Amino acid sequence: MTKTQTAEPLVASDVLERVLAKGRSTGAEFAEVYIEDKRSTSAGLDDGKVEQVTSGRDRGAGIRVVSGETTGFAHTSDLSERGLLAAAEAAAIAAKQGGGGVNKVQLGAVLRHSVNTVKISPDGVEKSRKVDLLKRADAAARSVNSAIVQVSAGYGDSLRRILVANSNGVLSADDQVRTLLRVSVVATGDGGMQTGYDSLGHTIGFELFDENDVEELAIRAAKQAVTKLSARPAPSGAMPVVIKRGSGGVLFHEACGHGLEADLVGKSASVYRGKMGELVASPLVTLVDDGTMTAEWGAIGIDDEGHPSQRNTLIQDGVLTDYMWDYLRARKEGRAQSGNGRRQSYQHLPMVRMTNTFVLNGTQDPDDIVRDTKHGVYIAKLGGGQVDTASGDFVFGMAEAYLIENGEITEPLRESNLIGNGPEVLKDIDLLGNDFAMGNPGMCGKDGQGVPVGDGQPTLRVRSLTIGGTAA
Amino acid sequence: MSVGVPDLQKLADSIVGKAKSGEQIEAYISRGGETSVRVYEGEVEHFVSAQSEGIGIRIIKDGRTGFAYAGTLEADAITEVLAEARDNIQFGTVDEWAGLAEPDGVAQIPQKFWDDELANYPTDKKISITKELEKLTLAADPRVRAEEANYEDGWGETAVATTTGIRESGRGNSCYVSVSTLADDGDESLTGFGFSVGDSPKEFDLKKAADDAADRATRLLGATKPASKLVTIVLDPYVTSQFVSILSSVLNGESLAKGRSLFADRLDQQVASAKFTLVDDPTNPLAYTATDIDGEGLAARRNVLIENGVLKKFVHSSYSARRMNTKSTGNATRGGFAGSPGVGCLAMQVQPGTKSQAELISGINDGVLIQDVSGMHSGVNTISGDFSTGASGIVISNGTLGAPIREFTIASTLQKMLLNIVDLGNDIDWLPMRAVGLSLVISDVMMSGA
Repeated sequence: MTKTQTAEPLVASDVLERVLAKGRSTGAEFAEVYIEDKRSTSAGLDDGKVEQVTSGRDRGAGIRVVSGETTGFAHTSDLSERGLLAAAEAAAIAAKQGGGGVNKVQLGAVLRHSVNTVKISPDGVEKSRKVDLLKRADAAARSVNSAIVQVSAGYGDSLRRILVANSNGVLSADDQVRTLLRVSVVATGDGGMQTGYDSLGHTIGFELFDENDVEELAIRAAKQAVTKLSARPAPSGAMPVVIKRGSGGVLFHEACGHGLEADLVGKSASVYRGKMGELVASPLVTLVDDGTMTAEWGAIGIDDEGHPSQRNTLIQDGVLTDYMWDYLRARKEGRAQSGNGRRQSYQHLPMVRMTNTFVLNGTQDPDDIVRDTKHGVYIAKLGGGQVDTASGDFVFGMAEAYLIENGEITEPLRESNLIGNGPEVLKDIDLLGNDFAMGNPGMCGKDGQGVPVGDGQPTLRVRSLTIGGTAA
Repeated sequence: MSVGVPDLQKLADSIVGKAKSGEQIEAYISRGGETSVRVYEGEVEHFVSAQSEGIGIRIIKDGRTGFAYAGTLEADAITEVLAEARDNIQFGTVDEWAGLAEPDGVAQIPQKFWDDELANYPTDKKISITKELEKLTLAADPRVRAEEANYEDGWGETAVATTTGIRESGRGNSCYVSVSTLADDGDESLTGFGFSVGDSPKEFDLKKAADDAADRATRLLGATKPASKLVTIVLDPYVTSQFVSILSSVLNGESLAKGRSLFADRLDQQVASAKFTLVDDPTNPLAYTATDIDGEGLAARRNVLIENGVLKKFVHSSYSARRMNTKSTGNATRGGFAGSPGVGCLAMQVQPGTKSQAELISGINDGVLIQDVSGMHSGVNTISGDFSTGASGIVISNGTLGAPIREFTIASTLQKMLLNIVDLGNDIDWLPMRAVGLSLVISDVMMSGA
């Protein structure tokens, strides 16, 4: 991580000071200004055609005022001092009716935090080169097999500059650059159509494509679709499940990640409440959330409350060691924030969110994990998931999966969901590989807000998970 | 909706007026505000008061499309958006069907989208309603806690103008309350929710929202995981609404044009049980997503999609219609100023049956009443038709409801499920979603559990 000072913040410090003072003018103890200026470019190819290149600009401020247990919030796309003061007044009134008083706020120099270095800023790259990636992906996917009947590909980059100031004297900035490519493929055969999908995304610039092969990505997506053409219905019932490295961090995201968010724990809406220091997972499991993980999709220099990102160990050798925290929840408990206060945009209130969440390596050879499994399912690519944090019940999809018979990976399976209960599944992890890898870029939704997150894990086995297929 | 917001319409018109020779331009502008109140343990946890605005500009020239947007209506930003959209044209592939919608003479059916009472509703009453909702919820059942009680309202104004002669602007407002609950029994905690919508807060039924939220959280306490077997399922109206919404992708004319609909080549064929009739009708004011125009500014209209199980129609925007040599069905969708129109159903309605849910259940020997599903986004593939979702509900045996069950999945394919619709309820519920709810009975679904 680097900390440097910079001369050109999005809004001048003296303006921020006056806006924060206005935010506290009704007697509130905390005010915060969040400034965002985001430029994005996206391009979509479908049906062999580059359909559209889109340029986007989102710019504005969110102002939060906290008085006791009440948070007032207002946002504006007007970044002039007049616009900011009006929003601050609205937030102050929202937080507290009546009251009064003047609260002077003094800010120091802007602390700029960054966990990633951008070699090639996407806004300096010709749009034609971005579009070219899509054409290459399309051609590569179609070259795999004549069964490929449709390809869609999307490119996206964003430069998100944020500046956060609050009445506690925090003044931090971060420039977050993300670059992404995704490919979806449809293949057709006697049994109907099947789909394949793969994506590549990092918190870096256009050098993403110097370090990764677009054709390889497209071919993987195409092969997934073709393989599934001969897939048989997924089984039903509970059985051992082996999850390939880097394909299923979403398992932990749903099985325990959300349940370790302090806002849910604080309202006793998590199955992990009151479990600090207890064994909540197999002793094989050490779970980390790490916003500093350079270049990964969930990497951030500061969270959206201006707190530097950090590495937090949540579960150590199966024992629950910490939850994830934002400003409000940490303040209530009288403890430090953990860099997990995030928001979708200036139009949203921050809350506790994950960054990059992953399980550390075990010791097993991944091949041995499969060999050790007599009958079960091997998942090469997981889809999305969903959890009820209170009960711990969660589902996640398997986008590419195979049967394991007598210790060997055999026939491909059609898509289905899997269902399990978080605490039970965590304790049921009985083999953990030594082949850690991060997974695909993800978008995590909570309370209507989406934020980019990463996940990762080595190959592992869950002794028993319920597969939601149709075969008896 | 014709011209209802003069200043936005004027702005949209002025941008369209900047079209250069050979250019088609569409300007889409929106402006809106929201109030959000959240109450927890009798206190206001947050109060959000916010306004936003933005513009999206689409330009088509010689079959190539460019697009840009900005979340502001400041003059310098609009100039930049126009220039960016124009610059983006050169990177598109020539598409002979690319183009904007043209007025098609179909008349709009006027509806009421604006409520003055809501627009002038006092802030302190919004807070007191939310506190009242939390109180009613806690009173509904001693085992219930409230995780959050919410009041939300919003207003919006939009204007669209095109060089092809579309000029539409209008405004609307809406409000709802919702409450999330937790119920505890020993180590077990389960969740629930309830909501109420209305043109204005005076139409809220707070008691029903509270009772629903308490019932949803408590009804599964003590639930076990069932064994795997083939069963007949009864979908609760809330679940049916989600199931029917999925069909929007399958009946999407753009998916059809691009070879992604599993119903390609099935027009005028039997794709569902003869008891199933599906209509998309945003002109019905009872529908939560009712509208007078679609995302391109054409009049919204009633379309019969599946009639007595026979596939009658795919829904189209002007683009997908041109590709398929047909006419727009008024089904362009739009997520806001930041995107181009897509295609989809706007307000899906299923023709009801004659029986109540209790009557439907009384005819089932071995089944499950499905009260909630999860993972619709991860376990349903609208291209292959594979269907698998997490579920919870109540066992049905010999025509009566028995014990609650959870942590299982239900699976089939969309194709089979439509054909296996055995019966439909008369319990139409105009839920705040894209599709109406009613009880739906489907046979031969695999339940996977222990």
